[in-house]
Amino acid sequence: MKIIIAGDGKMGATLTRQLSAEGYDLTLIDANLMALESSEERYDIMVVQGNCASMEVLEQAGIGEADLLIAVTGADEINLLCCMTAHGMNPALHTIARVRNPEYSDQIYKMRDMFALSMTVNPEKQAAVEMERLLKYPGFLKRDTFAQGRVEIVELRISADSRLCNVALNDMNNIVKCKILVCAVLRNGTAIAPDGNFVLREGDRIFVTAAARELTLLLKNLGVITHKVKRVILCGGGRVSYYLAKLLHRSGIDVHIIERNAERCLQLAAILPEADIIQGDASSQFLLEKEGITDCDALVTLTGLDELNMIISLYGTSCGVPQVITKLGRMDNTNILGNLSIGSIISPKELCSNTIVRYVRAMKNQTGAALTVHTIADGQAEAMEFVVEEGTRYLGRPLKELHLKKNVLVACITKGAAQEIPNGDSHFEQGDTVIIVTNGKKGIYQLNDIFE
Amino acid sequence: MNYKMMGRFIGKMLIVEAVFMIPALLISLSGSEYNAVFGFGVSLLLTLLAAGILLLAGRGSKKKFYAREGLVCVGLSWAILGLLGALPFYISGEIPDFVDAFFEIVSGFTTTGASILTEIEGLSKGIIYWRSFSHWLGGMGVLVFLLAITSAGGGDNGFTMHLLRAESPGPNVGKLVPKMKKTARILYLLYIALTVLNVIFLLAGGMPVFDAVCTAFGTAGTGGFGIKNDSIAGYSPYIQNVCTVFMLLFGVNFSCYYLLLLKQFKNVLRDEELKLYLGLAAGSILLITLNLRGFYPTLGETVRHAAFQVSSIMTTTGFATTDFDLWPAFSKTILFGLMIVGASAGSTGGGFKCGRALLVIKSLRRSVRKVIHPEKVQVVRSNGHPVDEKILQNVNAYLAAYAIITLLSFLLISVDGFSMMTNLSAVVACFNNIGPGFEAVGPTCNFAGFSWFSKLVLILDMLAGRLEIFPILILFSRSTWKRR
Repeated sequence: MKIIIAGDGKMGATLTRQLSAEGYDLTLIDANLMALESSEERYDIMVVQGNCASMEVLEQAGIGEADLLIAVTGADEINLLCCMTAHGMNPALHTIARVRNPEYSDQIYKMRDMFALSMTVNPEKQAAVEMERLLKYPGFLKRDTFAQGRVEIVELRISADSRLCNVALNDMNNIVKCKILVCAVLRNGTAIAPDGNFVLREGDRIFVTAAARELTLLLKNLGVITHKVKRVILCGGGRVSYYLAKLLHRSGIDVHIIERNAERCLQLAAILPEADIIQGDASSQFLLEKEGITDCDALVTLTGLDELNMIISLYGTSCGVPQVITKLGRMDNTNILGNLSIGSIISPKELCSNTIVRYVRAMKNQTGAALTVHTIADGQAEAMEFVVEEGTRYLGRPLKELHLKKNVLVACITKGAAQEIPNGDSHFEQGDTVIIVTNGKKGIYQLNDIFE
Repeated sequence: MNYKMMGRFIGKMLIVEAVFMIPALLISLSGSEYNAVFGFGVSLLLTLLAAGILLLAGRGSKKKFYAREGLVCVGLSWAILGLLGALPFYISGEIPDFVDAFFEIVSGFTTTGASILTEIEGLSKGIIYWRSFSHWLGGMGVLVFLLAITSAGGGDNGFTMHLLRAESPGPNVGKLVPKMKKTARILYLLYIALTVLNVIFLLAGGMPVFDAVCTAFGTAGTGGFGIKNDSIAGYSPYIQNVCTVFMLLFGVNFSCYYLLLLKQFKNVLRDEELKLYLGLAAGSILLITLNLRGFYPTLGETVRHAAFQVSSIMTTTGFATTDFDLWPAFSKTILFGLMIVGASAGSTGGGFKCGRALLVIKSLRRSVRKVIHPEKVQVVRSNGHPVDEKILQNVNAYLAAYAIITLLSFLLISVDGFSMMTNLSAVVACFNNIGPGFEAVGPTCNFAGFSWFSKLVLILDMLAGRLEIFPILILFSRSTWKRR
């Protein structure tokens, strides 16, 4: 499949990494030759320098034979124009545009139809949604939803005083008293597929499959105090802040936004009448204390500088803020950050890139394609959701009789409204939803790919 | 440096070389040339052994591979390709001196066509085939071949770009399609198709099959090893003309052929390099024909010889139909100039390349204008598109490296006591992968008279010329071998 990516920035580079690993024919367009050269050096792709909305450049990139165009330049308008132009040149083309200006976000569905876009993505909005979900369940570092919200894979950190510390997985059920499955463990930056004898240690990050309705019970039995978040401080008043403040306000949560730029503060105050906008430097401890960091329920760092976000989050944790979320825009390498106590890490570009990769996979394989794909364990593992179809092999045969590929784990089977954490006797039936966890290197595109 | 990965890569390349020795072995077998059979048999086993050791040593290598590894890999691959490729000559005893055998095969793989042999027709058929085949494999590049058939280690890695850049000459090499494997395949398919076409045309002229295939290999790689002592001179005018046309065709940037296949005729016709290349060829033929009035009995013969020599020298092939060393000075000087300019970028030919010459002239013109009108901001354009300053810098650096290496080699080989013209043309002919030069290394003579030291210098020149200098230069740079 031929894919053209317009814009070789943070987002474009992340997409290139993910899509080239899956073996698509990629062509990158950007005006900046330096960025293109470094991408060309790293991946097996073709590059074209120029303005992606110009027909000549699109022609040069081979728009006529392309199947998909992804426009992720810095400017929404260019992205839209690029998609419209390209679609005009090749009506069979699928187009995805990144549109992130909040002023367009209400009209985006109409625009999608008017401009014949296949999909629009908004990384900042997506990040805000993700953060809101985390704020609803303090205690989890990350939540990925499957089976229309009925199953989740959540990330937990094992701290020294955790009830799970130094416990073997076989004995875990006695403590949590609900059906869960540890599908991956991240220890010292490496993902491990654990077996029953695996003993959890301090500092491990575990990825657990559980039914959504059991999450509260899980947290309670683990001794993680769940309290309702009432007051949140957002550092930085960018687009994510705006979207998040809107969402939080809807859930009745009190929001304080600290933003340095006076003009931006005025804008925010105009569009977010319900939030408290504070003008000041969020890196100043005095200001944070004055705004009550010591008794807020959550701190979310959303400034444009990754370093600053990390420092403020560290400070927040040291002040005893129960839940901290850190936004990282640029950093790829989250595994070196795993040991820092900066709470949950949300990377808008990763979230958005995952959404696009999901679309691409579905496009490639219309039938039997994964419904959802989430990368977990810092991108070292993938969790995919499939529907068991008529053509699925070994229907009704217990799992213990089947030969699954190495590093493939069946994490959950959803039968109707009931979720089943599988054991050797579980089996697939037509209509089931299955969650598979792999190390992401096996090239699994359909459910049948998991069998040897 | 990721030595394991490099070992694996070179090991794979050696397997390719070993496989290509099999046809030569079979030809020797069918001709009952037992010395050559022995030579090829032992070489094949040794090559496979070396490949096996490298592949074993490279087991479990990490995937990290960067520009430095890529370039070093190219340089080393070619040196090792030559060392093992020389074995059949040496072991069969047909070229008893190893430095001579090494010189001959490097001359083959780099498509130079400079020979140390005085008596070619006395060689066995298998050896002649191997000699000519080395041109064909070296012409498009053995690493490009490797890229076409395997993923070369890193499936989604971009480092393969450096391999293509190193083997596919030119200032600004890009892929034809997003995937390297497909690009390499397209290049080789075009190459094979043109070679087959060449063979058919030669056969139509009544050339024996073996001669036609070997001559086509020499033409396709723009190499120039003939299978007769007098190169192409003994064949009919028709065959000579076929060679003229095909040499010119193989000196064209292969992406032009790809564009023709895509029916983008306009882009091909507008290509400045193609225009310069064909224009230079036509102009040179015209001038030499005028200069050679009365040298040959008929005008037709004059044009034929002029055209053949011009296209042979310009594409850096090095076939000859006549002893152009006897031509008047003006014609010889034109040929000398063509030796340096060379063929087009992205072709199988060598030399400085028309595309680079074009950029050098354009940036020179800009500098001159800048002196007159310093405030004027000027951009160098090629085919109507602005050329990036980095490319211009690289081209100028290439020119400097090119000049320095030529002068240095010229100095080093002059200790042998040949005339200045011999030495200079020997260096130019080897460095630009042409083959014959003037005077003592002219089309009727050979390189046998040089000392082994000079031969080693010329071997390095040939490799540097074929790989566009930098992959060979960095092998001698200390910072290459330093730990990161």
